[in-house]
Amino acid sequence: MSHPVWEVFRQERRGQPFEHAGSVVAPDADFAEAWAREQYGRRGESVALWLVPRDAIRDVEDWADEFDLKYRRVDGYSIKARLKEARERAGTVGPG
Amino acid sequence: MAAVEIPQEEQAFLEYVQGGGQVETTDWMPDDYRAKLIKFIEMHGNSELMGVLPEREWILRAPTLQRKLALTAKVQDEVGHAQLIYRVVEDLGKPREQCLADLVDGKAKFHNVFHYPTKTWGDVGVIAWLVDAAAIISQKALLKCSYAPYARIMKKICWEESFHILHGRDVILAMVTGTPEQFELVQEALDRWWGPLMQFHGNPIPSDEDPMYLWRIKSQGNEEARQQFLDGYVPQIWELGLTVPDPKLRKRDDGVWEYTEPDWAELKHVVTGHGPKTQERLALRRGFLEQEQWVRDAVLAA
Amino acid sequence: MNEQALLGLADDELVLGWRDSEWTGIAPLLEEDVAFSSIAQNEIGHARAVYELLAGPDGDADVLAFDRRPEEYRCAPLVELHLLEWAHTIARRWLYEVADEIRITALKQDSDTAVAGLAAKIDREEAYHRMHAEMWHDRLRDEPRFQAAVAELWPHALGVLPAELRGELVSRVGLGEVEATERGTHTDELAPMWEEMTMVRRSAPAGAQW
Repeated sequence: MSHPVWEVFRQERRGQPFEHAGSVVAPDADFAEAWAREQYGRRGESVALWLVPRDAIRDVEDWADEFDLKYRRVDGYSIKARLKEARERAGTVGPG
Repeated sequence: MAAVEIPQEEQAFLEYVQGGGQVETTDWMPDDYRAKLIKFIEMHGNSELMGVLPEREWILRAPTLQRKLALTAKVQDEVGHAQLIYRVVEDLGKPREQCLADLVDGKAKFHNVFHYPTKTWGDVGVIAWLVDAAAIISQKALLKCSYAPYARIMKKICWEESFHILHGRDVILAMVTGTPEQFELVQEALDRWWGPLMQFHGNPIPSDEDPMYLWRIKSQGNEEARQQFLDGYVPQIWELGLTVPDPKLRKRDDGVWEYTEPDWAELKHVVTGHGPKTQERLALRRGFLEQEQWVRDAVLAA
Repeated sequence: MNEQALLGLADDELVLGWRDSEWTGIAPLLEEDVAFSSIAQNEIGHARAVYELLAGPDGDADVLAFDRRPEEYRCAPLVELHLLEWAHTIARRWLYEVADEIRITALKQDSDTAVAGLAAKIDREEAYHRMHAEMWHDRLRDEPRFQAAVAELWPHALGVLPAELRGELVSRVGLGEVEATERGTHTDELAPMWEEMTMVRRSAPAGAQW
């Protein structure tokens, strides 16, 4: 890519996450701003933009997942059977 | 949790996209997929850019400030769409300068409707209402494109297009409730644009013979798009007291629209660079591109 | 309110907006095409707001915008020029924004609160036009084409402002004061523009809806 690409992240409303919206080709931050303002904001569809040169972004796309690490995720736990037993023992089995 | 792996081999890739799999810019993709993608998306970008030319003349002639602003905003959107689209093509490997050079050299295509003249303010209304409607049907289907960066820009494009159709319909409604001469302007424009509109979605290739469909670049067949257009817009045309210049046009009991077979030879003739306005418009583009090369050099130089 | 001055402002914005809108679709870079079109729309919007003020609550801005004879418009010669070449277009944009800022600043002090309020609104939007013009001026200042275009348009730029405000313009632009192309007569480019601008509107009787 011979020309500098600026990635545009936009925030739709205050408090929302910034999301990737697209990119503009521009020589510097001033041009990137002038152009991104219109391309991503002329209809009031964004309250804020982040402009980042593409080569400042580090792409991360792969993880190793070789061993059973369920202990640290919600789907690694099944408490139904034990919970039922505990309630029966305590005499607190509720409706349903 | 294993990540979904992009298959390294063409048949597996085909099954992956046909199963709804999404592809990103840095993923491996078959050469044919990449080539078809570039060709398809480039033609879309070219169409947005060339579509500007028939309409921009009328920006200068708009009869009220409101219409002037709305039409300028509409054409601005088309240019913005071209920017979004060419960025996608560029990230796939074909630079914007190359796309524009191929366009003005007649080596790349753009949609049939943009090869025709605009003769009156009636055309302005018909284009914004019906040509944009035909386009938005295709564009909505592209929201499901297997190539994710393109599907994502289609979301912004569809959102912006929604005002175009409303603006077009408003222009038409003002004229059909105005003077008899204004009504005639609309009817006359519709008579001229109907043929190209019917050709717009392309001839009805069976989906399993359409490589764009097989790769899930397109998710809708040509005939399906055309039927959707007729179903949505013919009733809207008729309810205004306008006529469609096709005596065979009717909706069957099973819901399918019948119509006179469009002139596929004309379509081919036009998109291969022989439309009434093709050469003039390409020359205009070429002229400005050349005249302004120094600006791009000054701005984009290191 | 000084109606003549306001009409001059409105007509300047209308005609310049019309000229600038001609770049829609053919600007040198797609990104700039989109941004430039917004500027053109804003200018028309400013013209409309001033016409509405002048026309009053029962008036029609479109009547002021379209239904006068070319010789009745009060625009400055600078905005009438048909400049479909980028160096001249940007030179004009830059010169106009500098001059207009001086004019708007004065209007913000107007004793008529409606005028002052409208000037403040316009000024807030013009801030972005100025940023855009400065950005281009910075990038092209050493480009001979641009320098030549600025020099060529300079007498016209002076004519945008009344004599008492020109000193400020001279010091901001940094060129020596020369004889201004005064507001009050029109170039021969306005009439053809007016013909095209009004041809659809004139094709139906007055009062027709569009």
